[in-house]
Amino acid sequence: MIGKAARVASSLSALSSVLLTAAGGSAEGRAATPSIFAPVSTPAFAIRELAMFVLGITGVIFVVVAGLGVYVLVRFRRRRGDDRTEPPQVYGSRQIELAWTVVPLLIVAVLFLVTARYIYGVEGHRSREGALEVTVIGHQWWWEIRYPTLGIVTANELHVPVSDAARPTPTFLTVQSADVAHSFWIPQLAGKMDAIPNKTNRLWIEPLQPGTYVGQCAEYCGIQHAGMLLTAVVHSQDDFARWAAAQQTPARNDGDVQRGRTLFVSLACSSCHTVQGTPGNGVFGPDLTHLMSRSTLGAGVMPNSPENLRRWLDNPTALKPGALMPAMKLSPEELNDLTAYLLTLR
Amino acid sequence: MNSVRSTTAMAGPGPESASRGRAGIIGLIVAESSLFAVFVVAYLFYIGKSLTGPYPRDVLELPFFNTVCLLSSSLTVALAIRALGRGQARRSGQWFLLTLGLGAVFLVGTAREWYRLIVGHGLTISTNLFGSTFYALIGLHASHVSLGIVVLALLSVFGFTGALRREDVPRAELAAWYWHFVDGVWIVVFTVVYVVGR
Amino acid sequence: MKMDAMSVLVETVAPGREAARPRPWLAVLHDWVVTVDHKRLGILYVVTGLGFLVVGGLEASMMRLQLAWSGLHVVPPETFNRLFTMHGTTMVFLVGIPLVFGFGNYLVPLMIGARDLAFPRLNAFGFWILLFGALLLHFSVVGGDGLYGAGSAPAIGWFAYAPLTERAFSPGNATDYWNLALLVTGFGTIATAINLLATILTMRGPGMTLGRMPIFVWEILTISAMTLLILPPLSAAQIMLLLDRFLGAHFFDTQAGGSAIAWQHFFWFFGHPEVYILVLPGFGIASEIIPVFSRKVIFGYVTLVAASAGIGLVGMGTWAHHMFAVGMGSPLNSAFAASTMLVGVPTGVKIFNWLATLYGGRIRFQTPMLFCTAFLYLFLCAGLTGIHLAVVPFDWQLTDSYFVVAHFHFTLIGGLVFLVFAGLYYWFPKATGRMLSERLGRWHFWLFTIGFNLTFLTMHIPGLLGMPRRIYTYPADRGWEVWNLVTTLGVPLQILGVAVFVVNVVVSLRRGAPAGNDPWDAWTLEWATSSPPPPYNFAIVPTVSSRRPLWDLKHPGDPDGLHE
Repeated sequence: MIGKAARVASSLSALSSVLLTAAGGSAEGRAATPSIFAPVSTPAFAIRELAMFVLGITGVIFVVVAGLGVYVLVRFRRRRGDDRTEPPQVYGSRQIELAWTVVPLLIVAVLFLVTARYIYGVEGHRSREGALEVTVIGHQWWWEIRYPTLGIVTANELHVPVSDAARPTPTFLTVQSADVAHSFWIPQLAGKMDAIPNKTNRLWIEPLQPGTYVGQCAEYCGIQHAGMLLTAVVHSQDDFARWAAAQQTPARNDGDVQRGRTLFVSLACSSCHTVQGTPGNGVFGPDLTHLMSRSTLGAGVMPNSPENLRRWLDNPTALKPGALMPAMKLSPEELNDLTAYLLTLR
Repeated sequence: MNSVRSTTAMAGPGPESASRGRAGIIGLIVAESSLFAVFVVAYLFYIGKSLTGPYPRDVLELPFFNTVCLLSSSLTVALAIRALGRGQARRSGQWFLLTLGLGAVFLVGTAREWYRLIVGHGLTISTNLFGSTFYALIGLHASHVSLGIVVLALLSVFGFTGALRREDVPRAELAAWYWHFVDGVWIVVFTVVYVVGR
Repeated sequence: MKMDAMSVLVETVAPGREAARPRPWLAVLHDWVVTVDHKRLGILYVVTGLGFLVVGGLEASMMRLQLAWSGLHVVPPETFNRLFTMHGTTMVFLVGIPLVFGFGNYLVPLMIGARDLAFPRLNAFGFWILLFGALLLHFSVVGGDGLYGAGSAPAIGWFAYAPLTERAFSPGNATDYWNLALLVTGFGTIATAINLLATILTMRGPGMTLGRMPIFVWEILTISAMTLLILPPLSAAQIMLLLDRFLGAHFFDTQAGGSAIAWQHFFWFFGHPEVYILVLPGFGIASEIIPVFSRKVIFGYVTLVAASAGIGLVGMGTWAHHMFAVGMGSPLNSAFAASTMLVGVPTGVKIFNWLATLYGGRIRFQTPMLFCTAFLYLFLCAGLTGIHLAVVPFDWQLTDSYFVVAHFHFTLIGGLVFLVFAGLYYWFPKATGRMLSERLGRWHFWLFTIGFNLTFLTMHIPGLLGMPRRIYTYPADRGWEVWNLVTTLGVPLQILGVAVFVVNVVVSLRRGAPAGNDPWDAWTLEWATSSPPPPYNFAIVPTVSSRRPLWDLKHPGDPDGLHE
């Protein structure tokens, strides 16, 4: 019964996702509207399936009850010419009231059983051979993303391999927080999972389609809660291997940007930021080893371009009010040098 | 046919105002129970979760004497009400005084325990989770004891000056119920903090 | 019912209020400040609630202005965060609670044949402490940095999750304003709940058994009992937060092993039943108005009472449905899914009972009934989106998104504000002796209803498209802009609707048609005394022998007692 409902649901959801992803579209490289009805990953598909089933039931309930309501309100309105006598007074009916208590109870029972099945099915999904492990740590106001088995540390962008039926490669996320409560949410990949300090949560995704999918923090976490965006890039298996290999290399140390590199190491930068291969090993801010491989700055606040990078270094809070990175009060030359150095960190 | 009631009917004593008062004090006790329950839940939840010491088993001593004083004060306050019921205002004043005296002894005992913990063991509310939950729960209870002592002092004075009459039993009883409640809370607190939590 | 007593009652003339010589305004003000009369305190509560409804509405309007399109900068980010914090806190604690307890205060003694509440001075204390707390909270706006950027108003969200509220993450005093103001108003609310409980249980008039009380009174009884059980836990959590912030305790200090989840459990143990406390009196108002305007007795009185008790009881076991994404584990997730779905059943039963009351009636669509009609539709939607949220995996997408925001505005505005408006149009004549204008009432109704649906029906969509809540702006490429714009367009209509209502009240106070004792041809005891009632409510407290004493009087050949 669930399967049949799900097939009806799929066609309904295809229709609705067309309607609901109106402004988005899935142009090459551009992320689609993160509609929960446009899943690309197994748990998100499961949620949509369940959602359609529930929407179907509540839709029927709405039509029936609202229809009854409209009928009653129209049919029994007072009309001109109605005499002023009172209509027959009906105090109740034990059978009817029992019926309209029992029927909803039965509906609730069915709904609960179906729901419980999906709860255990999604939450109970166990990690398996070949799954990728990623640790996501929420900070005020950026996402730290670590690949413990690959030795990769990055920020705000989750890169994962696509999973296919022949060789499933789901990704299991360990979700934590370094400060206050956050919530990791990329609707097309999975339901959200809160990042709670002093607690470790687990979330899994299994993207079945390469592409770029967006999300953001979904638990109010302070002034820049709105500025904690997420991007998930789902690669083909080969592309992911290439990405991972590039991320595993230590930072470039180009000769012509040594002034900038010296600034990075000698100023307070290195006490908050890590660049592999330099003394910089701070953990308060994002790892910058491959800063230029990421598409945005400031956790999605603006595109990652040379001009934006320079502006950010000059005055972060002008671009992201409340950001915890201080303005380092650099002279224009220092800014140029530092920017030039960071631009080499591909 | 009812007789016309005056608008001040609710102020004076009478069977109706007695039940009103009882409903009120029971409502208060329910609300206070709910308040204490959350602090108890927090205490239980955080047992064993302190990251650093001192730990309960290292520093807590059973407040046996304190407990005996407080619980016997329930007896004395009941005797105060009984005396008032017999029209013995002065006798009831004495029992109220003894009750508040026992409560005061309890508070002094609590203060001494806190002194020992703070100065002797360095346990404050900010030391660790045990400190936070301990002082909050015991402190909440002690504040309620203090409030009760104020009320008992008033009743004691009224008893001695003869302002209390037999008809005041329903209202004095409300204060006694509050005092019984405070004692009941102590039984729970004692069990949770000094028995379960150690 | 004694005919003599009744005829004495219906002929009672309103004493003194409309006497020829106007009293000096200072004397009038003094009377209102020192009053312990439940009717005056009820009016003070309601006026306070409506006043803060305007304040909260302005806060919401500013937010909707900023969110109408992506990247707008109507206010700085922190100001926006203060706005949604103050908006939520104001609406729940300074609008919902005062309105609900205000109606309860005014109506309960009149409906049960009592002369006042059990503890009139405690009643006054409850009101003034609420007002003080409200002013304390709003002082934060001008404290600190002053008016610019909304000063020191809290920016922690109305549910103030830890550890964001700890000193490390919320320096300054903004959070303390939130904490202390609500501790203070909480005491007042508990006091009023004790008062109403004692009144209903011990001061009912002759013949007024529990089984003959109006449904509205049953709702007030239920919510008063609930208040005693669930408001102290909030106070407890707030005391713990106070200890954390001022004495260095670690209740919610995750660095010291404290639990952020503990705050959530404590808060929502209060927070969820709180919204039933806000909505059940609304149901009570509907249960008074729908019968009178359909000319039929309420269908299934006992079922309705049982349903209220069911909602109250089961509702206290649903709180962690706000925490489905927190990682509680499948057993707890399932348990709270079950309780949340279960609580939908008595709610649905009530809707059926109301429809059955309307069935076979002769429905008059005057303004009170218009608002009740809208409520039926709105609460049906609200209940069904509530079912969506109870389906835990679906909730993993919907929670903390604009879908939830839409849902709870449907429940709270649809289930409380609409019914408050209905109740105001219904009982304004009783409280003031004058009718509100029907014509202006219709304008109010249509403007507000259309505006409300434009805003909040639309609002579900950005939630389904992945828009989280509490964000001061959003990126341009998510496909959310059009829906946010439409949502914002509903705001001016709602503002206009409320403005029309205010005009209606002001005009009708002076020039409204005289109401008489019983303008709606109703059946409960409050209509048996003058409009406005004398300070002592009833010259002679009537003896009742059924649930509809005035029906019995008007239909002596077919009294309710034969059928109940």
